[in-house]
Order: sequence, then structure tokens, then C-alpha cells
Amino acid sequence: MSGNVLVLAEHIGGEVQEATYELLGKAKELAVALGGEVEVAAFGPASLADQLGGADVVVSVDHPALAEYNPEAYEVALLSVLRERGPRLLLLSNATIGLDLGASLSVHWDASLAAYVGALQVDGDAVLATAQVMGGKLHAEVELTGERGICTVLAGAFPASAGTAPAAGSEVVAFATPEGLDNVQTKLRSVIEPEAGDVNITEADLLVSVGRGIESQENLEMVQELADLLGAPLSASRPIIDSGWLPKTRQVGKSGLKVKPKAYLAFGISGAPEHLEGMRDAELIIACNTDESAPIFDVAHLGTTEDLFELIPALADKVKG
Amino acid sequence: MAFTGVLAVEEETREVFMNVGTAGEIIFYVVSTLTIGVFFWGSYRRVKKYRRGRAAFRMANLKKALFANPFQGVRRREDTWSVGAVAANSSVARRDRAAGIAHFFVFWGFITLFIGTVILTIDYDIVRKASKLIVGEEMSFFQGTFYIVYSVILDTMGFTAVLGLAYLAFRRGAIRPKKLDYERAEKPEGGYSRSKIVLGDWVFIGLFAAILATGYFLEAFRIVATGFPSFEVWSPVGWVLGRGFEAVGLSTAAAGTAQIITWWTHAALALTFVGMIPFSKAMHMLLDGVNLLVHDRSSVRHLPAPPPEAEHVGYQELSDFTWKELLDLDACTKCGRCHEVCPARTAGAPLSPRDLILDLRQWADANTGGITLLDHETRPDRTGPLTVDHEAPIAGGVISSRTLWSCTTCMHCVEVCPVGIEHVPTIVQLRRGLVDQGDMDPTLQTALKNLSTQGNSFGKSARMRARWTKGLDFKIKDARKEPVKYLWFVGDFASFDDRLQANSIALARILNAAGVDFGILYEGERNAGNDVRRVGEEGLFEMLADHNIAALESAQFEEIFTTDPHSLNTLRNEYPERGASYKVWHYTELLLDLVESGTIPVRSLGQKVTYHDPCYLGRYNGVTEAPRKLLKALGCELVEMPRNGANSFCCGAGGGRIWMDDSFLEERPSENRIREALGVGVDKFIVSCPKDVTMYSDAVKTTGNEGQMEVRDIVFLVQEALTNKPAEPGDLLERTGV
Amino acid sequence: MRIVVAMKAVPDLVEEIELTPDETDIDREYLKFVLNEWDDQALEEALLVKDATGAEVVAVGLADDPDIDQALYTAIAKGADGAVMLEGGGADTHSRAAAFAEYLAKEPADLVITGVQAPDDLDGQLAPMLAARLGQRHVSVVVGVEAKDGNVVVRQEFSGGRAHVLELPLPAVIGLQASRETPRYAPITRIRQAMQAGGVRGESVSTDVASSGLSVRRMFRPEQTSHAEMLEGDVDDIADKILELLRERGMVKG
Ligand SMILES: Cc1cc2nc3c(=O)[nH]c(=O)nc-3n(C[C@H](O)[C@H](O)[C@H](O)COP(=O)(O)OP(=O)(O)OC[C@H]3O[C@@H](n4cnc5c(N)ncnc54)[C@H](O)[C@@H]3O)c2cc1C
Ligand code: SF4
Ligand code: SF4
Repeated sequence: MSGNVLVLAEHIGGEVQEATYELLGKAKELAVALGGEVEVAAFGPASLADQLGGADVVVSVDHPALAEYNPEAYEVALLSVLRERGPRLLLLSNATIGLDLGASLSVHWDASLAAYVGALQVDGDAVLATAQVMGGKLHAEVELTGERGICTVLAGAFPASAGTAPAAGSEVVAFATPEGLDNVQTKLRSVIEPEAGDVNITEADLLVSVGRGIESQENLEMVQELADLLGAPLSASRPIIDSGWLPKTRQVGKSGLKVKPKAYLAFGISGAPEHLEGMRDAELIIACNTDESAPIFDVAHLGTTEDLFELIPALADKVKG
Repeated sequence: MAFTGVLAVEEETREVFMNVGTAGEIIFYVVSTLTIGVFFWGSYRRVKKYRRGRAAFRMANLKKALFANPFQGVRRREDTWSVGAVAANSSVARRDRAAGIAHFFVFWGFITLFIGTVILTIDYDIVRKASKLIVGEEMSFFQGTFYIVYSVILDTMGFTAVLGLAYLAFRRGAIRPKKLDYERAEKPEGGYSRSKIVLGDWVFIGLFAAILATGYFLEAFRIVATGFPSFEVWSPVGWVLGRGFEAVGLSTAAAGTAQIITWWTHAALALTFVGMIPFSKAMHMLLDGVNLLVHDRSSVRHLPAPPPEAEHVGYQELSDFTWKELLDLDACTKCGRCHEVCPARTAGAPLSPRDLILDLRQWADANTGGITLLDHETRPDRTGPLTVDHEAPIAGGVISSRTLWSCTTCMHCVEVCPVGIEHVPTIVQLRRGLVDQGDMDPTLQTALKNLSTQGNSFGKSARMRARWTKGLDFKIKDARKEPVKYLWFVGDFASFDDRLQANSIALARILNAAGVDFGILYEGERNAGNDVRRVGEEGLFEMLADHNIAALESAQFEEIFTTDPHSLNTLRNEYPERGASYKVWHYTELLLDLVESGTIPVRSLGQKVTYHDPCYLGRYNGVTEAPRKLLKALGCELVEMPRNGANSFCCGAGGGRIWMDDSFLEERPSENRIREALGVGVDKFIVSCPKDVTMYSDAVKTTGNEGQMEVRDIVFLVQEALTNKPAEPGDLLERTGV
Repeated sequence: MRIVVAMKAVPDLVEEIELTPDETDIDREYLKFVLNEWDDQALEEALLVKDATGAEVVAVGLADDPDIDQALYTAIAKGADGAVMLEGGGADTHSRAAAFAEYLAKEPADLVITGVQAPDDLDGQLAPMLAARLGQRHVSVVVGVEAKDGNVVVRQEFSGGRAHVLELPLPAVIGLQASRETPRYAPITRIRQAMQAGGVRGESVSTDVASSGLSVRRMFRPEQTSHAEMLEGDVDDIADKILELLRERGMVKG
């Protein structure tokens, strides 16, 4: 049985994504424990290999059908690679691509699959994954039995830094064009870039949210700047919307939208029940409120009583670097 | 009666067809007959329309209003009116004294003149003709003392009508109250005009005034022409007017000519008026008395079920309406009282109860070939009430869904309507169709989904309902397991809202300390369904109610009290129809009893406060005194807001509005109310409904009045009155731990 | 066009979820089950396609899912043309996929739409697994489906709001993330009518033919915070700490 761990590289327009490095870092650790190597499947321009020095082997498949992500083409290509290279474990991100490919490959490649994985370890011979279930209310520690396994891993579960460190003597293998790639029927018609205009706050991973603590519309600019720097949309409590400072589409809460981002930054929001109703399910809530008894701290994971007028500029400066 | 046989010309009387001549008389009779024909034809069409409606089960009301209780509502607004109240114009005078008195004058003036005309007809066309046939001689009673009494009465009553009409015209033309400009709450995109309606009103007033005026002129000319016979002094208005003509030099002969011209004018006007009645605002004279006699305000407290045989859900066609609802549509006089008080309209929402009624009326007419001469709106794009497409839905088409969803079901419109219109049940019937079509706010949809899965609108687990009791140092009895005297129906907000749990805890402690034997249903309780029903989700209401009824049946208790006035309403008034009749109190009533009986010793707080009557407590269920007496017993000085008691202003949360977006409103009703309270110079706003705490605390913030106005539940005043009592060893405070 | 919406009843997440005594599974005994929220979205999307094209929509669930009949009747109340309850299958996604595949072999669909995920699909998501068993094309994390001349045009979403518009031939399986409109509300009266009319058909399929290959060692509750942990230090320290947390989650570059 091989002890190799294979990672599928995700890229947008040839730029490898953060999530891939997170997986690569973890893959190294697991490969060591399993006595194998880290392989990365790079679909697209051969130049991708340059960004994937963290793997021992880069399996490169360059074909026009793979220029942008395409579920059918990727599945055909990845299945060939898996059959050919026969790794012990395949790591995918638990985002769109992983949600597309993990489960179907589990059938086609006849491998066990653990989804929503937040932690991974090797215990003797066994690969153990800790997965989130019930919307994160429970964690399950599972063993992936059999000779092959697939894990789809949650974003941010592992640090990316470990994946960027170059491996000694990284090798690039040009993979023969898998059969069927010329005959892909799923066609990419267009790519829609996120609009700056009317954002959908329910879909964002990170929200920067403000309440009446911001005091005036002019001060909103400061928060907007931070949000832009973080690439996050601005959301707000109802009074901000009532005042007409932000459109209704940005209102979080009972009479607004229910959001469930990965992180929610609340500045100057007291945490009225109507507001909490709309955001208490966020994975990470960080609240800034000068009143230490504000109810927002009852749902927040982290809090500070720092003045928002101090904290926001400080954050902005640091992101700017 | 001066039934004195042979007609003597010198007798005190007047000639009925003076100077008209036989040909004239014939023409008059022909035209009159035609006019009356038109009148009956028009009236018949109306009645035929009402008969298309479903049964309304209001005959018992009618009987009561006529016979069993003929003075109901004369002095105080009750659920029903009566023939006495109609005669006294009580419903008209109730909210507007001046208009009421003026209307009273016109009302009785018109009736008297009408009766006068009938008497004259009886004398002239029946008695005289019959006597001539039978006895061979014309006999008449229209002479002598009878004639004099008749003249005096008609002359004065007519004159009061003139005065009343003058005031009403002055009000409409010069004072111009905003409610009479007929501006729509919902402005249709393609524009609209109601100038015809305005014109129709003036035609009505004008015709009436002209009939009265020509009547007096005619009288005066006659008196001048007949040389001022001394008995004619008993027609004082005509006499004085005649003297006036004489003074400006009107000759007897000229008066004769003027008399005959005026006679024809008067007759023409009167006949035009009669002919127009079924096709104009004048119809209200006939309909509204009836509508008042069959009115029943309690239909709002316990809403009617959906039409039982209907294939579809919600009103979709004319025959879905009951005849009372159809009568309502035609009864509206456009007085604007409902328009003025409606919290939705006030807040800038696209709903005015008057527009709703008028739109439905016009739609009903447009689709049944109803004829209204002027009393209708015009629109270039023929939308809304002008829709004649039978496929177009009423709810969501003729009446926009935004309009229907704007109603808080506060009942203020029904309360003030002088003609007994019941808007709220109609609105709910229409909403039922919207719910069926899924035409609603996403937030409302979520709330309903939560209610159907968890039995509360918060979407919290049904098992968490009694979690607030964890904040107590004693255990509240589980009424399902041990018998209690009172079952406390806590309600959603007081159970699940983090802020309001403190209210529930305070009340529990007070009751416990006072030794009241009470319990709750724990997770057996569900939302009572009051607002679910008013949203129009009847199936869900039934589900919730049946669940609660099963839980109540499994429990042992004597009486119920609720924290929430909405729950109180449905438990008290709607559960009985589902086979669960209990005595249901509001907690303010219970607390009052405990304080008054001395079970809860309190000290005087000496605070100056104002009190807000929740719609479902005050207006719906008449509980306005208990909280006031309680405040008094607590030594508080109550400063009333202008709108109080049954006239209280809605907070905007009722009828499911709390689950819908209100950000589009210009001014939330709750904000309007807080400003009203600030106006009376108090800084404590006392409420007795959990939702009100939420709504008004929020409004204090959004109006920028933090620190100026404190919103408190009355239970905290009771608690404070206890707390400040000097503690004695082993006394109440130690036991309650407050 | 025949659209099948595959449905699953899952534990209601607002409930307190208990574990079995050996702590390897959730205790289903006293749990309240509701329709998987993504399946509700899938149904809505299918109904939107129906509204646009007149397609036939059939909701399918497994009889062993608690209260699934409720969800199926609700689907009919909302406008589905029929519903099928499969006797057989199993608890994990692998055996569920096998069960649905067996049914679809008998009564094929042009398009299958199902929720992109479920709160308890530890061993993977249904849509791709079902597609693999049927040998069909599939797309997940879809936020809009439109039928177009025998093909289906879908919008697949990526993090950060990027999206691809893909066109693929039928038959296909779609894992739906969000419907174009909020799932419609089914009035209780309509659900009752659907129940009285009894439009749910039974079909039997084989039981537990596929294995997930997972063995659960234990389940546990992550540590709960009832109050925020307060960050210490001056503004700079706090800002650093916050950014670090965001970086760890991959939300800030660098
Ligand atoms: C029916 C209904 C529906 C509602 N729906 C919603 C809804 O959907 N969404 C919603 O948000 N609200 C809703 N509300 C309103 C809700 O009740 C609260 O009023 C609102 O959420 C409060 O907003 P806030 O926290 O921004 O303001 P506040 O409650 O005024 O809080 C401001 C906070 O800022 C803090 N602060 C002030 N200065 C600073 C500073 N310099 N630095 C840091 N902190 C500072 C203060 O300590 C305070 O806690 C609803 C209310 C009702 C009645
Ligand atoms: S019930 Fe209240 S909100 Fe509704 S129409 Fe009447 S006055 Fe307006
Ligand atoms: S409905 Fe009643 S209160 Fe409203 S305008 Fe008509 S008559 Fe007046």
C-alpha cells in the first residue's frame, strides 16, 4: 500500500489558491507519518508547477478543457491521475471543487470519504479525520478504512505557511492526456466576477458589521475602508439602515437577513435579540463594544472593549502592512 | 286631528298643486312615477348584488337591535348598535361632536320632510280621491289645526336641516379637514383622480340644499301670492322670507309666477334627488341604518372562518363575500375617520381602510354592472378598483398585497366607523388568499415556518420554552402534572425574548410571594395563534390552537391568565368555537385584584407616568380600567395621552406585522406614539404587553429620545412598590428574593 | 422533462442534540427531524424550472427518514406533481445514493436536483455520489438552474462571489446551494389536503448495498463559549490578534 498523499491544486487564472497551500502543508505531515510522498495534481498551464514547490511530485496535466475549473473535465483528469498514481489519500478543499469531486470519486475510485474535515492525523496505519457535523454543533472522529481515502478539508483548518515551503528536489511529471478529456460535454459559458455593487451579505465568508456606535455617516467611510481592505462586504444593524446610511440589503437580523459567515466582526453593535437572531450562527464572532456588559459579548467568541474609533484604523493600517 | 269633512277653501290649508294646472299635474305624476321606478330599479339592483353574497348570520343582531335592546350603544360604544342609537346618530357624534350634531339635524330634518311629503301624498292622493269615490265628496285632513302643527314642524325641522347642512358644507368647503381630501394612501403608478367623488359629494349637498331652499322660496312666494293669510304665520320661515320679498317690492302677481316656476324647480330637484339615490352617495341614507343595525364589532375579536364551501382559499370572487361585507362596501360615506386613525396610513404605508372599502366597492360595481353616477375614482390605466378582468385576483390585484400586508389589525377603523363597517375580517379573508399564493414577506414566511415546526416564531426549540424559569429560585408548578388555580399562558415573547424574560421572572416572583396558586404548561404551550390567524394562515392557527387545547385539557386549573393581550384575545374569544371555553384574565387584572385585596402590600410610588393601552387589551377586549386602577393603587399619577383607552394608538406590531419589514415606513407607529407621550410631559411610558416593551424601547431609540423616556412594563412598578417597602424579618421580600 | 428532487430528513439543528451512550452517533430517538434546508432550496429551484417549462417534478425520499412523509406532502402542497417514498436504502450517503440510483434506474429522470449538502452527510454529498452511480454528469454548489433545449444551464458558485455559468446535456444531477427565490411557503391547509389526497407512492429498493468506508471512533461537542473571551493588551495587540485569527482562517492574505 502506498503512503503517498495527493492534493488537487486549485487555481484561478493560473494563480494557486490559499486553500491548496493549507492542504499541502498538512499533506507533508501525513506523508511523513505514512511513509510516502506528497503529490500535487496541477491541471492547467505547466507554469503552475512553479508555484507548487511544496510538493515532492507535481503531476501536471495541461489541456484546454482544464484551463478553468470544469467539473466534468476535472473529474476525468483526476480519476486518471488517481488510478495511475495510486495514492493512499486524496485531499480536496471542502469548497466548490471538493464538493463536486470528493463524493463522485469516492464511488469511481472506490475510496472511503470524510467530508467537512477540520483535523487530520495518522494513528498507526489508520488515517483519522475529525469532521464537523450538524452545522458544527458536533465533531466526529472517524477512521478512513480501506486502501484509499479522500478527505475534503474545511478552509482555514491548517496553516498555509507549511505548504509554501519548498520540498527538496521537487519533481514535475507531465501526465499523458487522459482519455475522454477531448470529449467533455460540460461547457463553460461565462465567468461571473463578484460585483462590487450590490453584494449579497449572506454569501460572504467575512462580514464587517457596524452599529450605532459608529455615530455618523461620515464615520462609515472608515469602516468601509477596512472592509475593502479585507475584501469583505459591510453589513449593519437596523439603525444604520433606518438612517439610510446603508441599503436594506445590508441589514442583519430579524427583519433583515440571516447570515452565517465564517467570521463576523461587529463594531459598535449592542447585540439586541433581533440582531443576534440574524448572526449568532457565524463560525467566529469578534465584537468590539466599549460597554463590557453589552449582550453581543454573550454570543461573540472574542471580544474587546476597545474604542472602535481606535481599533478600526489600527486594523486598517496593519492590513495595509 | 282636523279631519273635518268637506274641504273649505277658507280653512287653514294650502293648495297642493297651486297654479300647476291639470296638464302640469299629469306631467308631474308621470315623471314622479318614472322617477320612483328608477329608484326602485336601482335599489333592486343593489339588493340583488347583496344577495349574491354568502349568509352572514346577522339576523339575530337585527332583531336585538330592533326589539330586544333598542337603546344599545346610545351612550356607550358597544359591540352592536340599535335602532335607538341610529335615531340618536350616536355613532356619528361619537368621535366628532360638531359633525354629529349637524348630521343629526340634517338626518331628522330630512326624515321629517320626507314624512311630511308622505302625509301630504296620503291626504291628496288617497284620502281625497277615495272619499270622492266613496262618499262623492273630497275629504281632507290637511287643514285646520293639523295643517298648522304640520307647518310648524316641517318649517322648523327643515330649518335645522339647513343649519346642519350649512355647517357640513362649511366644514367641507372652508375648514377642509385633511381626511376629506380623499388622497389615496397607495398612489397607483399610472395616476388616479378622485375629483368625481368630490364632485359627487358637492352634488349631494348641493341638491339637498337646493331642495330645502326652493321649498322655502316656494312657501314664501305662495304666502305672498295668497296675501299673507294669518295662519301662515305658522310657517315661520316662509312667512319671514315672504315679508322680505314683500319689502323688496314683490307684487302678488309676480309672486304667483315665481311660485309656479319655483314649484317646478323644487319638484324637478326633488325627483332628481330621489332618482339618484341608488346611484350616489345619497344611498347611504338607506343603507347605513341597516348596516348599523346588523353591525357586530365582535366579528373582529373572533374572526369568521374561511367560506366553508369555497373551492379556493381566500376571497376571489364576489360570491365569497357575505352580504354584510358587500353591504359594508356600499355603506361607506368616505367620512375618513378610519383613514385618520389608521396606524398604517399614518405611518405612510399604502393602506387606508377607506381606500380599501372604496376600491372593493368600485371593483364590485365594475364587475356587476353597478351604476354610480359620480361616486368613483378614475384612472387612466384602469388598474386597481377599475379592474374588470375576471381572472385578476382581488387580493394582490385589485387590492395590492402590500396594502393588505400593511394592516396591523388594530381594529381602530372598525372602532371609529360611524356606519358599522367591519374592515378587519375582510382584510383577513383577503390575506388568506395571499398566504395561499405565497405572496408574502420572506421574514413572515420564516416566522410561519418556525411556528409550524416549533410552535414559536423565534425558531427556537419548543423544548426551550420554559427555560426562562431557570432564573427563578423556586419551581413553577407544571399544570399538566398538578392542579393549580390559575394557569399562566405565558406567550412567545415573554418566554423566548431574552429581554422580556425579566418581565416574566418578575411576575412569577410577585405571584409566588403573594401565595397565588399558579402553574404553566411548560413545553406544552405553543403560540396561541392570534396573529397567525390574522396573518391569514388559518390552517396553522387551527394546528396551534388544537395543540394548545389538547395541552389545556390535559392540565388541571380553574382559570387562565395571560401576559400577552394577543393570546388573551384568541384564548378568550376564539378558542371557545373550537370547544375550549375558559375564563381568561390579563395579568393586570390579576395584579389589581391582589393589590386591592391587600394580598400584595404596596407603598405609594408617587411617579408621574403615562399608560399605553394595547389594542388587543383595550379596544378588543375592553380591559382599560384594571391597569389604570392598578397604577392608581401604586400611587402613580397617570397623565393620559390624547389617544387612550379604546381610542389608543397601535404600536404597529399586531396582525403579524412584527414579522414583516417596516423599514419603508416614513414614521413607525411606535415612534409616533412615543412622540405623543413626550408631548404630555412624562418620562415614564408604562405598558402591559411584552411586545410593547420591545416596540417602544426601540422607538425611544430610533426617535433619539434615549434618556428622555423610560419604557416599563407595569409589572416592574408593582415590583418596585414591593421592593422599596422596608424589609422586615421574614417578610415577603426575603421569601421572593427580589 | 421529468425532474426528481431527492430529499432527506435531518435532525432539527435548533434542538439540543444528544449522543448515543457509546458516543459514536447521535441519539435519534427523541430528535425532531425536519427537511434538509438545502433540499428545500432544491425543491424550490425545481418548482421554478417547472413554472418556466412545465416540467414534471417528483419529490423522492427514503421511508426510513423520520417524518419524511411530512416533507413529501409539503412538496406536493407546494406544487410537486407527485412524491415517492423508497423502502430500503440506509443511513449514510453511500447507501442512500445506491437506493436513489436503483429507483432512478427504474423510473429515470432527466434532471435530479438535490441539496448540495446535509448537516449529517459525514461521508459525502448525495448529488455527486448519485451521479457517479448513474454515470451522469453533475454540478454542485449551484445557485440557479435553467432548462434550455435539452440542456441545462447552471450557475456554479465559488467562494468570494465568483461564479461559472455552465451548460451541460441532460440527464444530469445538480447539488443545489441556493434557489433563485426563497423557498415558497406551504400553507398548512394545502399540506392537509395533500395528505388527504394521499399522493405519496411507495417503491422498494435494496438495503445497505454500499458502504461508506468510515468507522466513527467517537463524537463530541466542541467547546462552547457562553461569553466572549476578552482580548488583552493595547489597540495594537488586539488588532494583531484579530488579524491573526482571520489569517488562520484564510480570510486575509499575507
Ligand atoms: C420588530 C423589530 C425588528 C427589529 N429587527 C432588527 C434587525 O433585523 N436587525 C437589527 O440589527 N435590529 C433590529 N431591531 C432593532 C433592535 O432592537 C436594536 O434596536 C438594534 O439592533 C440596535 O442596534 P445597535 O446595536 O446598532 O445600536 P445600540 O443598541 O444603540 O448599540 C450601540 C452600541 O455601540 C456601543 N458603542 C458606542 N460607542 C462605541 C465606540 N466608540 N466603540 C465601540 N462601541 C461603541 C455601545 O456601547 C452600544 O452597545 C428590531 C427591532 C424591532 C422592534
Ligand atoms: S385594523 Fe388598524 S391598521 Fe388595519 S386598516 Fe384598520 S386601522 Fe388600519
Ligand atoms: S369606512 Fe367608515 S370610517 Fe371609514 S370612511 Fe367609510 S364610513 Fe368613514
